[in-house]
Amino acid sequence: MAQADTFQDIDALHREIDRAFENLVPFTGPFARMAFLPGRLARGYPLVNVHEDKDRLYVEAMAPGVDPASMNISVVHNTLTISGEKKGAPDEIKPEAFHREERARGKFVRTITLPVEIDDAKVGAEYTNGLLLIELPKSERAKPKQINVRVS
Amino acid sequence: MAEKTVPTPATTGSRSSNDMEVTRAQEHHVPPPVDIYETRDGLILLADLPGVSKENLEVHVDDETLTIQAKAQHKVPGQPIYREYELSNFFRQFEVGDQIDAEDIKAELKYGVLKLELPIAQSAKPKKVEVKVN
Repeated sequence: MAQADTFQDIDALHREIDRAFENLVPFTGPFARMAFLPGRLARGYPLVNVHEDKDRLYVEAMAPGVDPASMNISVVHNTLTISGEKKGAPDEIKPEAFHREERARGKFVRTITLPVEIDDAKVGAEYTNGLLLIELPKSERAKPKQINVRVS
Repeated sequence: MAEKTVPTPATTGSRSSNDMEVTRAQEHHVPPPVDIYETRDGLILLADLPGVSKENLEVHVDDETLTIQAKAQHKVPGQPIYREYELSNFFRQFEVGDQIDAEDIKAELKYGVLKLELPIAQSAKPKKVEVKVN
């Protein structure tokens, strides 16, 4: 039995390390520009927070500098996909004119699996100060049902 | 533009020393990522400031130091169930030198991105010298 536990511990540790790297916040400091490079991190932009109340889920994405016209949001069952393009400095600026170039830029797609089914007909989105707030009403089936207990 | 090595506003003297003695009262500040590039008329600075509205943004130049200070705010209804980021306040300083015309800086905030236009002072612009050939 002791042996089995050791393997479990290693497995748990392995998962922990994986998770730590997944949660690495690459959008500030020297990592800022990695967000749009191909690979694992590319699928992590934009970062999101998820809130919940009785009837709705709220997904807030941190996406400054994205033209709302380029943004595309779609919901299928419990999967939310956000895509768009973050533009940097104008293209005609020559590389040698830059003193600093730290902001991430490029096209992005992010898919998030939500904990409940969504009524995809009533999804709303709002973009203020570089934050995208998506309002997702839960589908009727996903809402908690009150069950009355009869006393006999 | 050289970056000033002033890490937090607490050291700039804009706050009283009493503030620093309050445990955990210090706000968290991060330097926003910036692009800075040169055009014919001056420098353009772009900074990502998600969650910052016009009222909460402060940009000023004194003593040849450009300071960008901003407070990020957001309001999401409901209870948090999953978190990937915290909004933090922003603070960053740059040395701009005397070649920038501090009176004529233009600022624009759009989609959470600050655009600053820092024009080069007339006296610092290259002068055209006519050379007469006999």
